[in-house]
Amino acid sequence: MQNSLMLTPELIARIDREIAKYPVEQKQSAVMAALAIAQEAAGWLSPEAIEAVASYLEMSPVAALEVATFYNMYDLKPVGRHKLTVCTNLPCMLSGGMHALEYLQEKLGIGLDETTPDGKFTLKQGECMGACGDAPVLLVNNRHMCCSMTPAEIDRLLAELD
Amino acid sequence: MAILGSINPILTAGLDGDRSWRLADYVARGGYSALRRIIAERTTPEQIIAEVKKSVLRGRGGAGFPTGLKWSFMPRTLPGDKYLICNSDEGEPGTFKDRDLLRYNPHAVIEGMVIAGYAIGATRGFNYIHGEIWELYQRFEDALAEARAEGLVGKHILGGDFTFELFAHHGYGAYICGEETALLESIEGKKGQPRFKPPFPASFGLYGKPTTINNTETLASVPFILNMGGDAFLAAGKANNGGPKLFSVSGHVERPGNYEVPMGTPFATLLEMAGGVRGGRKLKGVIPGGSSSPVLSAELMMDCTMDYDSIAKAGSMLGSGAVIVMDETTCMVKALERLSYFYYEESCGQCTPCREGTGWLYKIIQRIENGLGRPEDLDLLSSITGNIMGRTICALGDAASMPVQSFLKHFRDEFAYHIEHGRCLVPREVQRAGSGFFTASA
Ligand SMILES: Cc1cc2nc3c(=O)[nH]c(=O)nc-3n(C[C@H](O)[C@H](O)[C@H](O)COP(=O)(O)O)c2cc1C
Ligand code: FES
Repeated sequence: MQNSLMLTPELIARIDREIAKYPVEQKQSAVMAALAIAQEAAGWLSPEAIEAVASYLEMSPVAALEVATFYNMYDLKPVGRHKLTVCTNLPCMLSGGMHALEYLQEKLGIGLDETTPDGKFTLKQGECMGACGDAPVLLVNNRHMCCSMTPAEIDRLLAELD
Repeated sequence: MAILGSINPILTAGLDGDRSWRLADYVARGGYSALRRIIAERTTPEQIIAEVKKSVLRGRGGAGFPTGLKWSFMPRTLPGDKYLICNSDEGEPGTFKDRDLLRYNPHAVIEGMVIAGYAIGATRGFNYIHGEIWELYQRFEDALAEARAEGLVGKHILGGDFTFELFAHHGYGAYICGEETALLESIEGKKGQPRFKPPFPASFGLYGKPTTINNTETLASVPFILNMGGDAFLAAGKANNGGPKLFSVSGHVERPGNYEVPMGTPFATLLEMAGGVRGGRKLKGVIPGGSSSPVLSAELMMDCTMDYDSIAKAGSMLGSGAVIVMDETTCMVKALERLSYFYYEESCGQCTPCREGTGWLYKIIQRIENGLGRPEDLDLLSSITGNIMGRTICALGDAASMPVQSFLKHFRDEFAYHIEHGRCLVPREVQRAGSGFFTASA
């Protein structure tokens, strides 16, 4: 019972809109969206949040956990306010993806998968985002894609994000 | 970025950057006229499939399977739910064409899906959209809402008897979900692990119902085929390779981006459209069809035309049409190391040869790159790929092996040099300068 308290009416309404896309007996199809919605609200996916989603969709908690661990964009540990995922796959690498990551590590003084001490930034390496023509690309909090990142563009972005 | 250039454009004709994605713009370009005609004239599904077969449209998702033939496998008259899936999970490194179609021409995708749904007798469709392009997932939802409001999607489309519901499903970061049966598992709310085939999706697909899966660009081509006629679409390409194609050109070129050109266009022309090799440097190698297709040397590539047959003859695959250009500043060992890491990271873990093999491939290539390679490593790599290929449920194992085999075939000397000297033939500073990152102006 306590679990479902984690899903506010506003979140439930959003999840319901996702459920409506699938045949009535296939609620589980909405699990990816529901987990993403829960993650967006809390910043990460706690075991309690995963359980709350599972119970709302009437699926076993283990099945929801399997989904949460399988897909790379779910964060099963807390991350900084801004999670920056830099694509370093080959096409991006040829145009500076690795170097952009290196530059960010230096600027932020953290390594891969680390968070700045003030809890502001977490740095991740990503795989191809289907945007290789705009390399280097990085994704902010799974949502906003930043393209053609030069050192100056990165400086500007870091200054903008509070 | 945008569609940066074209020759006789069809899919991208009349697009004006970010401004022309809305329904009204699409209609002004002639959009939804194919669907309107089908509903008004009660065109039969057989007629539509025949036209698509005539066009020799081949699947743009990578395998190049004839679309009309695929549609004819659907048990159209079987009662009950049937599904059409659009595969916009574009995650094959180097590929970014579907993103631009969704960005600039989402209604062409929607119209193509509704027509395909009509032809195969589907009741519901889903567009599975790559996790990282959230902004375009939102745009697709907006475009869908426009189409629904105009009666172009949903119950009794345009007042006829055809009912087809259409929704977007947002992925969340798993390359394997581009594989069609993994994608089906994913929509069912599970881990994206591919299924054994047979049964094929046409008989046992989403929720166990008959299902057809097509790539975004494949479906976006459909309205144009029906408007211009299958013969004209075929003639816009080359025999056995119908139509125009979007090529995503990335890496060491002056103007990376998407280019729409007729199938059969010389690679040299495409390279020139993309501004040539960056900084006038020398071309070293090209991966012509996405990271999973075998790399080709500059010499072989310069003789190719961009179509399934020519690239296959040169020993590679047109795949998804993602052309990754590498110039002389590239360390081929490092390039392969990064690709091998990708397949290791993205293997779904279901089949032992792929799960273990991709890890070994990565470790060995990594040690060669780090100057710790052993003389026997090159044979070891070949033997591992031999033990992965053809021994897995899906093609990811092959996709991980083909780059290794082809890099060793065309650039073996460079690997041998690394092993012998513990460093690269291409000096570090040259490699570093190659990306242009540190010298980029704001
Ligand atoms: C590992 C793997 C990844 C794939 N990724 C994609 C993809 O991102 N997009 C796509 O359309 N097809 C992808 N495919 C191919 C699909 O399985 C399928 O063949 C295709 O979507 C069918 O559509 P088409 O006939 O229109 O090409 C992938 C296949 C494999 C084995
Ligand atoms: S390789 Fe970075 S977006 Fe494709």
